[in-house]
Amino acid sequence: MTIAIQVTDLTRRFGDLTAVDRISFSIQQGEIFGLLGPNGAGKTTTLSMLSTMLEPTSGTAEIMGIDIEKDQDGVRKAIGIVFQDQSLDEELTAWENMDFHGRLYRLPKETREMRINELLKLVELSDRKNDIVKTFSGGMRRRLEIARGLLHHPQVLFLDEPTLGLDPQTRNHLWQYIEILAKEKNITIILTTHYMEEADRLCNRIAIIDHGKIIALDTPARLKDLIGGDVVTIQSPDPKKIETTLTAPWISHVETHDENVRITLANAEQHISTIVTRLNEEKIPITSISVHKPTLEDVFLSFTGKTIRERDVDSKEAMRMHFRMRRR
Amino acid sequence: MEIIYTIWLRSMKRFIRSKSRIFGSIAMPLFLLLFLGLGLNSVVNASSLGQEYVMFLVPGMVAMSVLFSSIFSGLQIIWDKQFGFLKETLVAPVTRLEIMLGQTAGGATTSVLQGLILMVFSVLIGLRIQNPIGFFIALAFMVLVGIGFTAFGIAIASRMEDMTGFQLVMNFVIFPLFGLSGALFPISSLPGWLAPITLFDPLTYGVEGIRFGLTGVSQISPVVCAAVVAGFAVAMMGAGAYLFRKISV
Repeated sequence: MTIAIQVTDLTRRFGDLTAVDRISFSIQQGEIFGLLGPNGAGKTTTLSMLSTMLEPTSGTAEIMGIDIEKDQDGVRKAIGIVFQDQSLDEELTAWENMDFHGRLYRLPKETREMRINELLKLVELSDRKNDIVKTFSGGMRRRLEIARGLLHHPQVLFLDEPTLGLDPQTRNHLWQYIEILAKEKNITIILTTHYMEEADRLCNRIAIIDHGKIIALDTPARLKDLIGGDVVTIQSPDPKKIETTLTAPWISHVETHDENVRITLANAEQHISTIVTRLNEEKIPITSISVHKPTLEDVFLSFTGKTIRERDVDSKEAMRMHFRMRRR
Repeated sequence: MEIIYTIWLRSMKRFIRSKSRIFGSIAMPLFLLLFLGLGLNSVVNASSLGQEYVMFLVPGMVAMSVLFSSIFSGLQIIWDKQFGFLKETLVAPVTRLEIMLGQTAGGATTSVLQGLILMVFSVLIGLRIQNPIGFFIALAFMVLVGIGFTAFGIAIASRMEDMTGFQLVMNFVIFPLFGLSGALFPISSLPGWLAPITLFDPLTYGVEGIRFGLTGVSQISPVVCAAVVAGFAVAMMGAGAYLFRKISV
């Protein structure tokens, strides 16, 4: 296996805010690698540096053996990018957008036309190729952008929040495309997301990133194993009492989070009736009870002590503060 | 060259498709030409001009449409920034200079085309171009004005975050450039203290150059005009290229 991306101590500061803080990782060729974290965690900044759009403050990175600072053009030829925000020319047709890209990457006419047809077919936009992009839905635009990113046959594809703002059906559809790409074309894909299920479904390995630092990096399965079993969540007006009442050898961990008590245990299905009986005996009211298999959300929670949504709000607040400070 | 052509081609496609924009930007100079030209024709003392006022006005209005549409073409960069399309070009393995030159070529071409459309309307209301050489002299001046002010627009756009500063540019840059250029009146008719200021306006030389081409009469020597306008175009390309190099999205 060859290494497609090698990142060493990559750092980026904006004034006194450290957006990316000495992160290191390496990605194998053909791997789908996910950067998972809340808004403002440093995912997009990392991608911007890897795609030569932003200079690192310190640290190095190589893409297909090419240094991102020493040979920017080399890196640019090797990568394809789908940005978080739309980057199509809405007044051109799908074909013209593709053609513009092909010309910018200096593809000869015949290759260009062949690949455009092939890729538009792949993303099922062949019958709309002469329509102006303005008339396209969000999902169609995203598909077109992915097709465009692949036009120059990049070895590495960056997808920045590829399914943000799309409906669940379209999202599913896009996931299928991404899986096909990685399998059939042997393209290395690095994607950022703050959707847990997206990371779980697509990625071979995931780096959980928070406040510019990688706090965990492994396969989704092994990350979930770190939680140590299934989770039973009980909502109750009296969570403290539950915490003290429930003690058993099969319970590995109990913690309270607002009104919710999260009990980590093996084989939750077997023990759930015991738990309910026990709480009834103690006359502790139960508002709701749920059992679930560990997800990446739990992994995130266990590493940061917060859910990814709470973190989203936190970091938005932090950004606002930051800009307010700068304005003064 | 291929990259410059690619970006130029995009400008052309957008231009041809935006019929309302073409009419919109032709309308203003055309209305001015009709209302001011025909309205003031008999009022303005024509003897000092050596021609009818409306014919005096034609080169000014041609220059105006080139000026407005070329600066807007340069400012197009801000829209591309806001709509994200600029990223697509910036991340490609091409130099910033190529992108800037392509944008300049596109803007200059579209603005010259608009100027030509206005010229056709002027012929309809009585403009008689002296000879073919005169036409090509005027065309050359339009091209230089187009290049210079598109590059000027790119230079401004490179430093602007969004369109909120647009009114400022419109009122404090574009309009004074136009008003002081001698497009509406002969610069010699200005009071003594104001006339020298018009000589600092590069558009003055553009207007005079186009006027020389179309009517054969000008107050400033066409050679001086050519030198100043060409110098301005080169300087603006330099400034535009320098500032665009530092653009970030």
